Amino acid sequence: MNVKQVLEQFQSRGIETCFHGRHISPQMVSGLDGSNWGLADYEARGGYAALRQILGRDGGAGMTPEAVIAHVKESALRGRGGAGFPTGLKWSFMPRQFPGQKYLVCNSDEGEPGTCKDRELLMHNPHLVIEGMAIAAYAMGTSVGYNYIHGEIFQVYERFEAALDQARAAGYLGERILGTDFSFQLHAHHGFGAYICGEETALLESLEGKKGQPRFKPPFPASFGLYGKPTTINNTETFAAVPWLIRNGGKAYLDCGRPNNGGTKIFSVSGDVERPGNYEVPMCTTFCTLLELAGGVRKGRKLKAVIPGGSSSPALPADLILSCTMDYDSISKAGSMLGSGAVIVLDDSRCMVKALKRLSYFYMHESCGQCTPCREGTGWLWRIVDRIERGQGRPEDLALLDNVAENIMGRTICALGDAAAMPVRGMIKHFRHEFEHYIEHKTGMVSASV
Amino acid sequence: MRDETPPAKPMAFGEPTLARFAREVAKYPSDQKQSAVMACLSIVQQEQGWLSPEAEQGVADILGMPVMAVHEVTTFYNMYNQQPLGRFKLNVCTNLPCALRDGEQALQHLERRLGIQKGQTTEDGLFTLQQSECLGACADSPVLLVNDRHMCSFMSSDKLDQLIDGLRAAAKEEA
Repeated sequence: MNVKQVLEQFQSRGIETCFHGRHISPQMVSGLDGSNWGLADYEARGGYAALRQILGRDGGAGMTPEAVIAHVKESALRGRGGAGFPTGLKWSFMPRQFPGQKYLVCNSDEGEPGTCKDRELLMHNPHLVIEGMAIAAYAMGTSVGYNYIHGEIFQVYERFEAALDQARAAGYLGERILGTDFSFQLHAHHGFGAYICGEETALLESLEGKKGQPRFKPPFPASFGLYGKPTTINNTETFAAVPWLIRNGGKAYLDCGRPNNGGTKIFSVSGDVERPGNYEVPMCTTFCTLLELAGGVRKGRKLKAVIPGGSSSPALPADLILSCTMDYDSISKAGSMLGSGAVIVLDDSRCMVKALKRLSYFYMHESCGQCTPCREGTGWLWRIVDRIERGQGRPEDLALLDNVAENIMGRTICALGDAAAMPVRGMIKHFRHEFEHYIEHKTGMVSASV
Repeated sequence: MRDETPPAKPMAFGEPTLARFAREVAKYPSDQKQSAVMACLSIVQQEQGWLSPEAEQGVADILGMPVMAVHEVTTFYNMYNQQPLGRFKLNVCTNLPCALRDGEQALQHLERRLGIQKGQTTEDGLFTLQQSECLGACADSPVLLVNDRHMCSFMSSDKLDQLIDGLRAAAKEEA
């Protein structure tokens, strides 16, 4: 075997994580098997019908850009990358009459620990994202777009490029799409290892060929984005939700979830569960149902804590998360964030001090260094948690951690500082006794490696 | 303090490499060639294993940007190799979701198996082992990345051994 053949043996097939048949009313991953990612199969699943519909190429009258945005607003689709901003509202911020070039950008720089959904969407259903972007470009009058893909998933980048070639050849991308006046050029761009580029303005800097250091906002990308031009940036899964929403109407999408939390959402469940993987379920599905889909807590152990929306969201103890539904409002009410929908499960054998130490190391490593509170503060956080974990903690360290976190939050250009501080505060709030025990006894309450 | 390092002589790239660069440059507006710098650097790294000052200068000249702006990119992003490494760079994720599913054990297994510590290269120059941050494949844990472009999923100790044996055999065949 040559090197390529050796490596192919270990490539993920998506069988365990995506094609397990344990989704509930899936829209985005429905009918996928790993081999049917191409254009013909996508069309057979109803693909590009929404694009034909809005362009009036399905025998109908077509839809105006305003009507497309109205559907997205009615659907209550909210940004799936983490912030949960209403997508229709974001689209309406784009200056329609702007005379120069405008850009559309897809944020596939999926690096928030726990999150692995966009990777499978792009690998197994790339045309869904392409169609969603083409619809968005039509709605906002944008003729050029880029999909910024996490550098570590290079095979996904190559798959997306192959899908772009198919879409261009079939006339779904490029000049005068399906014979109309609408033109849209779409390209793939890859990162190369920088968590910060998931932040939208850092991503724009990176797309311009620079260090990925976030920009001050305002001005917001809608007025000053890529190359200084009006730009809209949405997450991969947000675009992937759009074709179904257009085909079935904003109301139908909203009805999949609950008011203010429309549609379905892909949750990446990782950590101490029997079947880690991606699960697409309607918004507002109970956490208990999601945990059940993922096979329950591993080895029949008891649930200790859940980080519900990627590593930046505060951990919730079992009793709180078990009464939550998986939507923006419920998780926020419980004191955390739905974020990217990355659900990291920890069982009762886990040490929260060690878990926090690993996360704090990550934020220190990935701070871009631009703002002093984050650059220095993330190092402080890690060093304090590290010394507690090495049995050298001091009684005043918990107050110090809280103080450092407090002094990072709200004092930086982007949200990475907050993202580093929030897990610290969440851990100390809900698992204070573990930290106190560690400081007093110089060892954890449990003897786990994490 | 004056920097005594003389400027590097720009590397001359072959036609196939230049064609790959051109494909990337074509994605961006004609006055924004710099946008292709990340892709061009990763192409050079794939072909040569690392980014020498000469390579950075060569890319800078082609894209019409200062070499320092190229160097900023090389040093900012984690995956660019600023020095020659082993034939196979192995990046094992040990971030929290992976740590909960034997990511750390996978790294330790490779350390024992290869007889090196993380950050080191084996004496035969075949393997460089690195600890890595989130690769974005948390449900596949333990995961590792080989030479930036190949993700390996569900890497139990048995599979890690198969991988190492397989790569060793393939490298021997190549030589």
